[in-house]
Amino acid sequence: MTLTAETSRPSVTAAAGRARRGRLLPRVAPYLQAAPLTVTLLLFLLVPILTIVAVSFWDYDSVRIYPDFVLTNYSELLTSPVTWKTYLNTLKYAALTWAITLGIGFTVAYFLAFHVRSTTWQMVLFLVCTIPFWTSNIIRMISWIPFLGRNGLLNSGLISAGVIDEPLEFLLFSDFSVVLAFVHLYALFMVVPIFNSMMRIDRALIEAARDGGASAAQTLWNVILPLTKPGIAIGSIFVVTLVMGDFITVRLMSGGQSASIGLMIANEISLLQYPAAAANAVVLLAVVLIMVVAMLRVVDIRKEL
Amino acid sequence: MTETRTPSKPATLSTGVSRRTLLKGSAAVAGAAVGSGAITGFPTIWAQNIKNVTLRQFGTGVSNLNAVADKVKEDLGFTLQMTALDSDAVTQRAVTQPKSYDIADIEYWICKKVFPAGVMQPMDVKKIKNFDKIVPIFITGKLTPDSAIAQGTAPHTVGFVEGKDSTKFAKSQTEWMTLIPTIYNADTLGIRPDLVGRPISSWKDLLDPAFKGKASLLNIPSIGIMDAAMVCEAMGEIKYGDKGNMTKEEIDKTLKIMTDAKKAGQFRAFWKTFDESVNLMSSGEVIIQSMWSPAVAAVRAKGIQCVYQPLKEGYRAWGGGLGIAKHLSGLELEAAYEYINWYLSGWVGAYLNRQGYYSAVLDTAKQHMSPEEWAFWMEGQPAKADILSPEGKVMEKAGAVRDGGSFQDRMGRVACWNAVMDEDRYMVRKWNEFIAA
Repeated sequence: MTLTAETSRPSVTAAAGRARRGRLLPRVAPYLQAAPLTVTLLLFLLVPILTIVAVSFWDYDSVRIYPDFVLTNYSELLTSPVTWKTYLNTLKYAALTWAITLGIGFTVAYFLAFHVRSTTWQMVLFLVCTIPFWTSNIIRMISWIPFLGRNGLLNSGLISAGVIDEPLEFLLFSDFSVVLAFVHLYALFMVVPIFNSMMRIDRALIEAARDGGASAAQTLWNVILPLTKPGIAIGSIFVVTLVMGDFITVRLMSGGQSASIGLMIANEISLLQYPAAAANAVVLLAVVLIMVVAMLRVVDIRKEL
Repeated sequence: MTETRTPSKPATLSTGVSRRTLLKGSAAVAGAAVGSGAITGFPTIWAQNIKNVTLRQFGTGVSNLNAVADKVKEDLGFTLQMTALDSDAVTQRAVTQPKSYDIADIEYWICKKVFPAGVMQPMDVKKIKNFDKIVPIFITGKLTPDSAIAQGTAPHTVGFVEGKDSTKFAKSQTEWMTLIPTIYNADTLGIRPDLVGRPISSWKDLLDPAFKGKASLLNIPSIGIMDAAMVCEAMGEIKYGDKGNMTKEEIDKTLKIMTDAKKAGQFRAFWKTFDESVNLMSSGEVIIQSMWSPAVAAVRAKGIQCVYQPLKEGYRAWGGGLGIAKHLSGLELEAAYEYINWYLSGWVGAYLNRQGYYSAVLDTAKQHMSPEEWAFWMEGQPAKADILSPEGKVMEKAGAVRDGGSFQDRMGRVACWNAVMDEDRYMVRKWNEFIAA
C-alpha cells in the first residue's frame, strides 16, 4: 500500500523509476521466498541424483572408474537373473512387512484412538510405543540374534518346556527372522500416521453411524477405515521405501544368505564398482517412485492433510 | 582424479583430514615430550628433526596395531598415525587418494592391483638392513630350496619391479622391492571339536551333509572363492590349472557346486567380519567354517573349544607388507626407511608371532621372544609355561600345542595364496549370484 502511495508523488522520472521498482519487488518476492528451499533441494537432492545418473553410464575396472557413455551397467543389471530374483525377494520382504505392520499399526492406533478415553493416557501409551526407538536400530536388530539362535533363549525355553525336542532352525538366519526384524523396526512408522488420522475423525460421525444402526464392524469398515486411508498411505510409503532400500537388516538377520537390492548396491560399492552401483540405484529409485505414485493414486493424501 | 565425484568419497576424505589435523596437534605435543636418546642401532643423522615427522599409515586391521605406533614413538621418535580399513576400502583408497597416506600396509594381492596404478614407489633393497634375512617365500617363493611354489598371487611374483620408476612386476628378484613383508599366515578351517563328532581332515568336509545347516563360508569374494576352490578340488570335482587365476569355466563350475550346496541348506550363514565369525562359532550356530587365526583364539578365550584344523590339502596363505607412497621424499622418505628397518628389527616380529601370525625376519624376532614362546609358536612344541598374548592375557595353558604345528609344517604346506584373478570382475559377479541364490 505504501509503495503505491509513493509512486503518486510528483517528479516524473523518479516516479517512473520507483514505479518500475515498485512493481518488481512484489513480483520477485515469491521467488526470493522460495529460493532457500529451491537451493537446498537443488544442492542436496537434484545434484546428487543427477551425479548418480551420470555415473551410472560410466565404465569401470577393478580399481578405477572412467567417464564414458556405456549402457553395459544397465544391460548387465537388467539381463542378470540375479537382479530379478533379488527384486522379487526384496518385494516379498516389502509386501510381508507392509501387511504385518499394517495389521499391527492399525490395531494399536485403533486401540489408542478409540478405546483409551483420556488424552493423558493416550499420550502416555503413545510414548510407550516409541520406547524401542530410544536405542539404535542396529542394537534392536542384533538383540534378536542371541534370542532366536539355535541355542538361544527361545529355543532353550521351548525345549526345557517340552514343547519341542529339536531346536527350531528356521528362527534365525531365515526369511522369518528378516521379516520379524523389519516389523519390529518399522511398525511405529505405521502406528503414528494412522493414529494421527484417527484422532482427526469427528467423533460425531461415529455416533451418527451408531444411531443409524451400524454395528461396530460396519462402523469400522465404512466410516473409520475410509477416513484413515491417508494415514495408512503415509505409513505404507514409509514402510515400503524403508524396506526397499534396506541392506543391513537383510544381511544381519539372514546371516548373509539372502539378498536385497540395497545389499546388492552395498556389495558393488565395496568392490569399487560405482557405475554398476549407480545404475542399480537409479533402477531402484525408479521402482520405488512407481510404487509411491501407485499408492498415491489409490489414496489422495492431500485431501486430509 | 575423476573419482572424487563419486558419492561416498567426500565423507572418507573429510574424516581423514580432520583426524589427521587432530592427531597432528597431539603429535607435536607428544613429540616434544619424548627424548631423542631412544633411537638405537639406526642411522641417527636425522635424529634431531625426524621427531617432527608424521607418517600416515593405513591398511587392513591385522597389523594396524596401536602398540606398534606407541613403540615407534618411543624407539624412533616420530609419529605414526594408523588408519584401519577393510581390504576393499584399502584398495580403493590406495589408488584413488594416493596423497592421503605415506605408508600403505596392504596385502600382496592388493599390491597386484595397486602398484601398476603408479601410486607407490619401490624400495631400494640396499637400504633394507635385514633384507638378506627375510623369509625366502617373499624372495624366491620357496620356503626351502626344494619346496614347490604355491598357486595364487604368491608374494614373490609381485614383490619386485624392474626398476626405480617401473610399475612392471619383475619375474625374479631385483634391487627394487614393492612391499616389505610384515605379516603373513596360513589359513584353514576352524571347527568345534566338541560338536563335529568326527575327525576333520580335508577341505571337502565343509560340504559334508552331516554338517548341513552348520557350515559357514566367508563372504569376501576374492578370499571366499579360494576356500571354495580348495573344497571343490578336495572333492575331486575340479582340477584347476591355477586356483589363483581361474578360467571362466572353472569359476562357473566352482560356484555351481557351492550354489547347489547352499540350496541344499548346507550353510547357516556367510560372514564378512571378524566378530561375526567369532559369534557364529561360539554360539554353536556354526561348527565348521572358514576362519582366521585370531578368531579361533577369540573363541577359545571364551572357554569354548575351537581348533584351527590342519587339512591334508594344505593351507590358503595370505601375506601383507609395507609400501611407500610415490609422493614421499626427503626427510619423510628417510623416516619411512627407518620405520621399515625398525619393523624388521625384531620387536614387531615378536609381537606378531605372539599373536599367532608370522613375521618376515625370524632371526630378529627370536631375540625378542622367550625360548618357551619360540618353541610353542614357531617350533610346534608343547608349551612349557602358560603362553601369554602380547597384552599379557593367557592364551594357551602350559602343555598346549599349536594347531598345525611348527612354522615349517604350516608355511611349508601352503597350497595357494590369496589372489586377484584376471577374470576378477566376472568372478565377483558370479560370487554375488551365488550369495543371492
